[in-house]
Amino acid sequence: MTATTDWDPSKPILEIENLSISFFTRLREIPAVMDFSCTVMPGEAMGLVGESGCGKSTVALAVMRYLGKNGRITGGSIRFKGRDLTTMDDEALRQIRGSGIAMIYQEPMASLNPAMRIGAQLAEVPMIHEGIGREAAWKLARQIVADVRLPDPDRILKAYPHQLSGGQQQRIVIAMALMSKPALLILDEPTTALDVTVEAGIVDLVKDLGHKYGTSILFISHNLGLILEVCDRLCVMYSGEAVETGAVARVFDRMRHPYTQALFRSIPLPGADKNTHPLVSIPGNFPLPHERPPGCNFGPRCAYFQAGRCDAQEVPMVLLPGGDRHETRCLRSAEIDWDKPPVAARAVARTPVGEVVLKMTDLRKYYEVSGGLFGGSLKKVVKANETLSFEARAGETLAIVGESGCGKSTFAKVLMGLETATSGRIMLFDQDIQDIPIEKRGTDTVSSVQMVFQNPFDTLNPSMTVGRQIIRALEIFGEGANDAERRDRMLELLDLVKLPRAFADRMPRQLSGGQKQRVGIARAFAGGAKIVVADEPVSALDVSVQAAVTDLLMEIQRKNRTTLLFISHDLSIVRYLSDRVMVMYLGHVVELGTTDQVFSPPYHPYTEALLSAVPIADTRVTKKRIVLEGDIPSAMNPPPGCPFQTRCRWKSQVPGNLCETVMPPIRLLAGDHQIKCHLSDDVLAGMEPVIRIAAQ
Amino acid sequence: MDALSWGQIFGRIAWQFWPVWAALILTFAVSVSFKRRLGLYGKLYDSPVGMVGFGLVMFWVFTALFAPVIMTHDPLTQVSGMKNALPGFPQKGAEGAYYLLGGDNLARDVFSRMVAGSVLVIQIAPMATIFAFMVGITLGLPAGYYGGKLDTGLSFLANQILAFPVILLFYLLVTPEIVASGLPQYIGVVLFLFPLIFLIVLINSRLYVKPALRNLLVGLVVVIGGWLYLSLLSSPDTRIDLLPPQADALEIPGNILIVFVSVVFVNAPTVFRIIRGLVLDIKTRDYVAASQTRGEGPWYIMLWEILPNARGPLIVDFCLRIGYTTILLGTLGFFGLGLSPESPDWGSTINAGRRLLSIFVHPALVPALALMSLVLGLNLLADGLREESLKD
Amino acid sequence: MLAFLIRRVLTMVLTALCLTFVVFYLTNLPPNLEKLAKSEASTRMSDADVASWIERNGFGRPMLLRYGEWLGVVPGWTRTEDGVTRGRCIEAGQDPAAAPLRCGVLQGDWGFSTVFKQPVSQIIAERLSATGLLMLWVMIVMVPTSLLIGVLSGMREGSRLDRGLSIFSIASTATPEYVSGVVLIALFASTTTGISPWLAEQGWISGKTLFLGTATSALDSGITFWNFGLPVMTIALYGIGYIARMTRASMTEVMTAQYIRTARLKGVSFGMVVMKHALRNALIAPFTVIMLQFPWLLNGVVIVETLFNYKGFGWTLVQAAGNNDIELLLACSVVAVFVVLMTQLISDIGYVFLNPRIRVS
Ligand SMILES: Nc1ncnc2c1ncn2[C@@H]1O[C@H](COP(=O)(O)OP(=O)(O)O)[C@@H](O)[C@H]1O
Ligand code: SF4
Ligand code: SF4
Ligand SMILES: [Mg+2]
Repeated sequence: MTATTDWDPSKPILEIENLSISFFTRLREIPAVMDFSCTVMPGEAMGLVGESGCGKSTVALAVMRYLGKNGRITGGSIRFKGRDLTTMDDEALRQIRGSGIAMIYQEPMASLNPAMRIGAQLAEVPMIHEGIGREAAWKLARQIVADVRLPDPDRILKAYPHQLSGGQQQRIVIAMALMSKPALLILDEPTTALDVTVEAGIVDLVKDLGHKYGTSILFISHNLGLILEVCDRLCVMYSGEAVETGAVARVFDRMRHPYTQALFRSIPLPGADKNTHPLVSIPGNFPLPHERPPGCNFGPRCAYFQAGRCDAQEVPMVLLPGGDRHETRCLRSAEIDWDKPPVAARAVARTPVGEVVLKMTDLRKYYEVSGGLFGGSLKKVVKANETLSFEARAGETLAIVGESGCGKSTFAKVLMGLETATSGRIMLFDQDIQDIPIEKRGTDTVSSVQMVFQNPFDTLNPSMTVGRQIIRALEIFGEGANDAERRDRMLELLDLVKLPRAFADRMPRQLSGGQKQRVGIARAFAGGAKIVVADEPVSALDVSVQAAVTDLLMEIQRKNRTTLLFISHDLSIVRYLSDRVMVMYLGHVVELGTTDQVFSPPYHPYTEALLSAVPIADTRVTKKRIVLEGDIPSAMNPPPGCPFQTRCRWKSQVPGNLCETVMPPIRLLAGDHQIKCHLSDDVLAGMEPVIRIAAQ
Repeated sequence: MDALSWGQIFGRIAWQFWPVWAALILTFAVSVSFKRRLGLYGKLYDSPVGMVGFGLVMFWVFTALFAPVIMTHDPLTQVSGMKNALPGFPQKGAEGAYYLLGGDNLARDVFSRMVAGSVLVIQIAPMATIFAFMVGITLGLPAGYYGGKLDTGLSFLANQILAFPVILLFYLLVTPEIVASGLPQYIGVVLFLFPLIFLIVLINSRLYVKPALRNLLVGLVVVIGGWLYLSLLSSPDTRIDLLPPQADALEIPGNILIVFVSVVFVNAPTVFRIIRGLVLDIKTRDYVAASQTRGEGPWYIMLWEILPNARGPLIVDFCLRIGYTTILLGTLGFFGLGLSPESPDWGSTINAGRRLLSIFVHPALVPALALMSLVLGLNLLADGLREESLKD
Repeated sequence: MLAFLIRRVLTMVLTALCLTFVVFYLTNLPPNLEKLAKSEASTRMSDADVASWIERNGFGRPMLLRYGEWLGVVPGWTRTEDGVTRGRCIEAGQDPAAAPLRCGVLQGDWGFSTVFKQPVSQIIAERLSATGLLMLWVMIVMVPTSLLIGVLSGMREGSRLDRGLSIFSIASTATPEYVSGVVLIALFASTTTGISPWLAEQGWISGKTLFLGTATSALDSGITFWNFGLPVMTIALYGIGYIARMTRASMTEVMTAQYIRTARLKGVSFGMVVMKHALRNALIAPFTVIMLQFPWLLNGVVIVETLFNYKGFGWTLVQAAGNNDIELLLACSVVAVFVVLMTQLISDIGYVFLNPRIRVS
């Protein structure tokens, strides 16, 4: 509080200069951040983007001077309101933490003390920093909880963290950060663990509160779309360095670093299409901090690399002409023709769609759960899937979209035979399989329906070599007559997923996330799968790798005419690669149609909200803001009537209390487009598109 | 001849242990020079705690191995005039022979008995722990994996055994009356079957896709394992006398077998609980789901997908458990259960020595410190392993 | 909550029934009965005499029936021989008609000890209170010490304090009671070694040794530091190490949790973070451990009471088991099992109360 007096508000709040940070492990020093500079002005929102492991979090924690036992700042300075944090003593630091700078990070549940009431955790902050009494602190807490738009603040203050939903918890974490009105707020991927609709609400809140309290923001994310929504300026990081920094709009429209450009070309923006405008992935892998190349770190993956120049010297950050503090770390930024479209990737013909291979009719899956630790006799029913009906054809990509808990994964489990259906039918080719658990299915059935999993770090058995795992799948599926044949087949599969054959003898821990995911794909296709269920196969991967893995999936699909059931919550990628889309909410299919039908009006009200919530990294796009109130109801006691009625903004357009009482029927609109909603045809027809792309 | 001074005593003891020192130096030298290629074991040499622990453990392993060379006297022979002799006391009539650590109340050499005691411990404790692990694994895997009624039933059983105070259980299992009824042996019949089942299931679940190889290996296990099983269990003149003496490969005294069985019986439920907990955690991983979706059998999943990935905590617990087993063996000896009274094992010697404890300390103190150092070594080793396996 | 309690108690009763039956079975095997017959009647009986003695004294009936008798749910046996009616529930000289129909544990009749020649219930009550006293002191010493050690070493993992305390607790878990007892006696209660001879020489202690090597006098002439110190230390030492290790593990885990980071970055000082944020979370796990430690403490009690000749429950158990005193051993087992089950119950309930996450859901 005292130090602020001699600080001039026109000077930067935060000034990081030539910061270098290393972690010291038993084997070596890991230089996590090198020569990093960045400035945040009062009231400004600064974005920090980059792939995981590029040092974003490390920078944030260095600002808080909280690098753990083995982390050390090896050079440079961090000045907060003119005072150097790197040399500050513990007591002075303690006073700045929480009151001058506050930080919010990814896992809201983990950030809150499970054994302390919310109110006590909030009130603690002003009690420490402003020395105010308990009463006053609780009153302040109540006010801030209302500020972060939580309902019923009094109840929430008395609650324990586990009694709140993820979105509510993250709001509490934000409230906690705002308790002492800090001058700088650091948010490290604050919404990664949340659903898109919840994310949209949080992002709105952060923006508004930032303006309201005049707080500067350092916003860390790997999602360019979010940065565009929240920030004024951004800094792109690659392998521990800042490679480009400038105003958001300028960097998005006139980027001057090959990495930034490659990043934008690898994410599915509106207009990308798997057949005509495929994504361009960045070749190669992210270098490990201790294995960086000489010269430019991005050199080995850069399309404009010039041997003898780019790898000959350390590349400095240079200020670009045109003002606006736009800087880049590229020697050739002036020579490159930045407007040249990407090397025309081969456009491929649309794969023709074949016969129906999978048909689900009125599939239901209910789980019985016992009511917690105490209520042994009270059995509750979770309705994970309700009357699911659809068909999928050979060579088709059907995307299944919905937020967590809507029953996507349950559906996959039932299809795979890990669970049996409660009622309804599943026709696979010409066989009813809804009641046949996997142990009773024939090898052919099993090998023709396979799955690709979400978490790359979990999808491979950590104690078996990559080759062994693929060979095991071949053995089980009865492929190959002997060991030698199977080994050859395994090597071919590695070729298929574009992994070097030498990987056969590696252990999974020696592979990167994207490489593991490729092995997972190879394993799924080992028995010549006809239907592949991909459960969020790329959501845990970095954007630059996502493109490569999706493309790989598409390519194999084209080759084998596989039916791909693509489960995802990411609408951008769904729009890019799917032929048809099925939107689920609370176990119900609320909308089903071709990609074009689903992504343009008329929408189901839920689809509309989803579309509006997805951040899009394109300055030309304007979106209608639709923020959903509240959380997804629990599948244990779904609301009566329409499952979406608790959050629907169109409900008033339906006469009477139809939405609250009657489950809407499935309506067929033009071209087999199905919607489960009571809205009249007029209202539906009058819907406006959520996303508009300004003319170029 | 005069009694030795303390300096001389320690000098002589150190000299007696020379094969152990040589073996220890060799082990450490070889291991340190290849430590980067030895995986977790190699990493142990980065942790001082783990290294000290490993050193202590190996000290006793080598002592047991070289016991005949190290011992100065026969551990069972009583020498007149040496009753309760103090450490360093010379033996009358034998030039240069000393009771380095004194004599006990039956005039036997304490030092040699301590060395002989290590042989018993090093033979029984790790083997018993392995058996307990086999039982715990074979039952804990399905309990955790399937859950439901099976889990409830097995967990209930395990909890029943765990609810008994160990000493009571020992008294119930090892008293002569119950031994006479053959009960411990019957328990052994069941418990020793588990390693066989474990191996057969292990091979079958993986190799059923290659029947020829599977049949060969399972056959081998059944023949060799079955023979070992029978010779382990059958001992002449008890309830279970199955093999003729000529075919009996392992000559294990009946009372040792019973001690072995009861130690396994006490340890298995705890291992069961640990395994079950680990399985509950690991079975939620995607690679388990992946193997389920390709139609693997449940035992393959349990033994080849889940078990190998639980090895970290299991190795640590294995070390701790050997120590615990050592303590249990000592407890049995301390209460004079199972082992014969003149047996040189550490528990029995402590028990024998405690009667004159306030006057002659050494007969009890020496085995007590020996036991403590071995268990301490195992605990330090476990701690080092745990720490190193968490680091990366 | 109530449903949970009822379920727990029912499981407990079922467990207790199973376990007591097992003990009953194991203590009533033919060899035990034969030995009993020989010790009660005459050591030189012929096999036929033994068999008839067993038959005449009601031991020949089916095991389950006799278990019922012992429990007190089945009427006790009666037998009329030469006009004299004897029976399980008929005391010598009592009118058979006046004797109760059932006499078992449920009626409060625990039988008669053949070794101590006293009613079992009386022995158990006496000895149990003696042991209760010992346990009380053990708890008073053990729990605070171990929690303190655990928290101090877990709060800054890898610090010098942590290393020192960890080595101590590892060493103490490596020292079973019969070892630490011997070492402690050698150090403090031996006339020839340790510090006692030296202290006596200096004239600083009046007796021959600093501590007493036995605790027998504690029961006769009251507890003093000198006769109770070593037994309590011996039992506590093993537990201290174990609980401290658990507390440390739980504390280090909590200290690396994100909410601790949150608290630190809110500007809470390190001491306050430990006291306000870490402690409660860190103590949930050790609480369970302390409670589940009871079977082990019981072990320690048996060893220590034997080693220090303290005539408590553990000492009685050894006597009963060693002398084939069937009814006393049964009673000891019931008590031991009951104590263990009770602690399990308390630990479950306590866990629920300490952990708000479970309490409400
Ligand atoms: N405690 C640590 N010890 C060793 N290396 C670390 C540690 N924390 C982070 N790193 C390394 O520093 C680099 C940057 O990590 P981080 O800042 O977390 O990246 P981001 O937040 O961009 O994903 C990574 O290579 C990571 O492996
Ligand atoms: S310096 Fe060279 S290698 Fe690096 S980004 Fe620029 S053009 Fe590419
Ligand atoms: S039925 Fe009613 S509540 Fe449901 S989506 Fe349609 S308008 Fe909204
Ligand atoms: Mg990060």
